[in-house]
Amino acid sequence: MPRGFTFNVLDVDRFATREMYGKVLAELGQINQDIVVLTADLMRSNKTGDFAKVVPERFFNFGIAEQNMMAAAAGLAISGKIPYVSTYAAFASMRCCEQVRTDIAYPNLKVRIVSSHAGLSMGNGGTTHHATEDIAIMRSLANMTVVVPADANECAKAVIESIDYPGPIYMRVGRGAEPIVYKTDYDFKIGRAVTVRDGQDVTVIACGIAVMASVKAARKLETEGVAVRVIDMHTIKPLDTETILRAARETGRILTVEEHTVIGGLGGAVAETIAEAGLGVRFHRLGLPDIYSTIGQPDDLYKRYGLDQDGVYRAIKELLA
Amino acid sequence: MREVTAEEIRRLENKAVDIRKKIVDLTVVAGGGHLGGALSMADIVVALYYHVLNVDPKRPRWAERDRFILSKGHGALGLCPVLADVGFYPEELMADFNGLDSPFGMHPDHNKIPGIEMSTGSLGHGLSVAVGAALAARLDRAGGRVFCLVGDGELNEGMVWEAAMSAKQFKLGNLVAIVDRNGLCLDGPTEEVMGLEPLAEKWRAFGWNTVEIDGHDMKALLGAFHALPPAASDRPTCILARTVKGKGVSFMENDPVWHYGGLDDEKAAAVCAELESHRPGAPGGASGAGKGATGCA
Repeated sequence: MPRGFTFNVLDVDRFATREMYGKVLAELGQINQDIVVLTADLMRSNKTGDFAKVVPERFFNFGIAEQNMMAAAAGLAISGKIPYVSTYAAFASMRCCEQVRTDIAYPNLKVRIVSSHAGLSMGNGGTTHHATEDIAIMRSLANMTVVVPADANECAKAVIESIDYPGPIYMRVGRGAEPIVYKTDYDFKIGRAVTVRDGQDVTVIACGIAVMASVKAARKLETEGVAVRVIDMHTIKPLDTETILRAARETGRILTVEEHTVIGGLGGAVAETIAEAGLGVRFHRLGLPDIYSTIGQPDDLYKRYGLDQDGVYRAIKELLA
Repeated sequence: MREVTAEEIRRLENKAVDIRKKIVDLTVVAGGGHLGGALSMADIVVALYYHVLNVDPKRPRWAERDRFILSKGHGALGLCPVLADVGFYPEELMADFNGLDSPFGMHPDHNKIPGIEMSTGSLGHGLSVAVGAALAARLDRAGGRVFCLVGDGELNEGMVWEAAMSAKQFKLGNLVAIVDRNGLCLDGPTEEVMGLEPLAEKWRAFGWNTVEIDGHDMKALLGAFHALPPAASDRPTCILARTVKGKGVSFMENDPVWHYGGLDDEKAAAVCAELESHRPGAPGGASGAGKGATGCA
């Protein structure tokens, strides 16, 4: 995966999404001359340095100045370039929020904001470096597409599709070596959810690292005779409402799981969809409650906030009770 | 660019009178606008669109064109009449300026107005966008330059200096910032609200080729544009144009009240008479040359 590329991670258990981003970008940059890559003193961290090595003339390091970088991306886009802009998710979504909204989303420019170190993946970096509001912020911007890949393979597919996709895109990826969800090739399309596991008793709708945690919880529940449907809602906007409503009707219980505040992100989007359809279902949003995150290693934080296998398992059990 | 002759300077000075009158007319149509800043930038924009810029209104997206980005987006009132006059769209399109669903409002939208390169209005953004456009022009090996008109008040925004740093770092000799140094922002004199001086030294310290001129002296403006280093050179240029807010209208000049204002027909006619009196070669009265539209007729 992806076909024709010189690397493959289908046979490993864990692979960093940002590593994949760097590799795919470096390959695509040699094929498509319009691709330009911008970062803010983070090429070593977010792996855009892979692109810089092979296409140095189309790589721009803006230093620690995200606002200027984001608006300059707009300037490149009005001239026909396809900018991939990368910095930490906390900064991409907040430090330069107005530039994203006013210079990129409002004029509907083809800028791809691929933010790394999203959610709690910065671990001991603490709240300043955690991004737990970015989905809600980006989802509220008209014209913006919001993609949260579940693993490195999905990230690769999303980046490849993003080249010709209209309008601006915000994509969030993690930091560490995330577990691989997709070990065989599958059909990916921005805006169309993937049903990772089928089931009729309860549905878990997840994105990002929460997909794998949900799959593991579902496997455990299977041994107890509970059939859990797991949906990888990799695109938060435009939202695949059809898949959500089908799950609501068929399973009657919906749990959303995200590495993000429960306000306004995936859980909020799903809740809006179900409420507007007038469907009465058992429903719960699992994510960071309305607080600022604490310090710790990512796995400890996922455990603390119930975003690991056990946390998802418990939340499903409560919905079934 | 044409040769700078006495006739050319006079042609542009006449055009500047026409444009100022059109701005006044448009203010009446629009029910008010950022008059002070539109009048302070008028000579700069006239020099650019009637002498300097390599643009083709019939092909607004022509790849080899020069690009102009209005960072002080509230100056749309000063730019839109120029774009109409040079042929990007008919003047009648602006008849419903500020109206419901009009393409024209307080700030320009590049998806709605031909000839506008970038939607602006939030201050401090334009120079960064211009940096991106200049990078793209260099990648495309296009010969065009990118010009960006920056208000002086918006130089308080830190992002402008991020852009200034990056333009030097990326060696953008094809980028020209023009500062409309009218000395006033909304609340009063820039030096009282949040001081900018020594401003030329700031731009020089950021590595820019910096020239200071009188932004209402057409000969000086043309001189600065003709003296620009080659686009392929490695330093961006800042033209610090000292201007007067409300230039040309005695009761508006240097009065922060006229940052934004409205005019009724009677007042507009008086203003236009005063503007007409500044027409070169026709002191103290209308020459009839380049007669403006309705309110000024």
